[in-house]
Amino acid sequence: MAVDILVNSFPQLMKGLAVTIALTLSSVFIASILAILMAVGRCYSRQPIPFLILIYERVFRGIPLLVIFILLYFGLAQAGIIIDVFMAAVIGLALHSTAYQIQIFRCAINSIPEGQFTAARSLGMSNFQAMRHIIIPQMLRLSIPSWSNEFTIVLKDTSITIAIGVVDLMRQGRYVIVREPSSALYILLFIALLYFILVFSINRGLNYLEKKYKISGLEVNITR
Amino acid sequence: MAMLEVKDIHKSFGACDVLKGISFTMEQHETKVIIGTSGTGKSTLLKCINQIEPPDKGQVWLEGEEITNPSTDINKIRQKIGFVFQDFNLFNHLTALKNVSIGLEKVKKMEKEKARERAMKELVRVGLEKQVNQYPAQLSGGQKQRVGIARALAMDPSIILFDEPTSALDPELIGDVLEVMKSLAGKVAMLVVTHEMGFARNVADEIIFMEGGVIVEKGPPKQMFQNPKIERTKQFLGKISTLYGEE
Repeated sequence: MAVDILVNSFPQLMKGLAVTIALTLSSVFIASILAILMAVGRCYSRQPIPFLILIYERVFRGIPLLVIFILLYFGLAQAGIIIDVFMAAVIGLALHSTAYQIQIFRCAINSIPEGQFTAARSLGMSNFQAMRHIIIPQMLRLSIPSWSNEFTIVLKDTSITIAIGVVDLMRQGRYVIVREPSSALYILLFIALLYFILVFSINRGLNYLEKKYKISGLEVNITR
Repeated sequence: MAMLEVKDIHKSFGACDVLKGISFTMEQHETKVIIGTSGTGKSTLLKCINQIEPPDKGQVWLEGEEITNPSTDINKIRQKIGFVFQDFNLFNHLTALKNVSIGLEKVKKMEKEKARERAMKELVRVGLEKQVNQYPAQLSGGQKQRVGIARALAMDPSIILFDEPTSALDPELIGDVLEVMKSLAGKVAMLVVTHEMGFARNVADEIIFMEGGVIVEKGPPKQMFQNPKIERTKQFLGKISTLYGEE
């Protein structure tokens, strides 16, 4: 009985899952690029840029994600700016995650000895080249563990978009539950399982990347 | 005309005047050693020469070009000025070979294969042919510093600045690095800040003694060690020779 409902609603749930994945990938992608730029800006540019980035960080880490979504979708609509609900969700997730990812990348940059930048400049590299060839490659490798953590947090945060009506995995699940209220528990458990499998595989995948791109002698995950 | 000309360099950090008018010249393939107590601005002077710390006042000329002039392309000039650091500053994510070739590839725009060959040649020259594929974290201090020297050499510099290249090494490893530096004498100009009196005495064409941000005395090693004109030089060299041992 419950199995039948699960089988019947499976395609619908998969459609939701696809939206969840699309939401996650696009917002993590945008957030990572913004965060790398801002982390570099915070560490290497002149005032007032680091200060402005700091303000951004404080603001977006200080507002709950749900409030950001509602502000972007309903709040802006009142001001006459109407964004598509999927876009609103991506922007909200990206802005929020950027604020956290800046810290991840900044920590990684700070753990690279400053002398390496000086050495690169002394070889005749421009600031940009030193960033591109020396600082950023090391920063990326050093930040994989914390970044994969943030990745899975964004994935799980996509479920909050149910509040503004994105038809993701969570909302598709709700549709099924409304139709078949008696099997709500099974459907919710199945959805939880799907999230778990996704998070688990992302962690495994990134763990592999972390090992593959470790800096010899500077392994981040030495078993202690 | 001298290859390197340093004219009246002044540098201060906040209220602290570190360099108070330093002038000297260097000819092609010459080796000069700068000695002096810690905190007298020796390292700052080197950084003022390659403009990592641009001086507040004064000029630096390299091969007839004024490099303190803001309109010179400093990235181009720096290719001609090698720099060897006290704490090596190797690029941790690159192998020894890549550490040496990256400047050739990215700055000199050399082809990958050619850059590799050249880097290989320099690593052999400093005695590291077995370590080419190792990462900095897998090398000993002396090996790291020799990679640092190879990295500077590969760029075909007119001059290499050495900032206390052996201070972070234990006595056994110092020898390897000094050996490499000795072998370069007369082939490329070297300006060396060091406390290695043996090296200064045997390899330098001239010794510059600095204190309090000025040059106290300079002259050939023989004169400086045996017959310094200024009492303070005598005092300092006497003290440092007993501390670090003479050859």
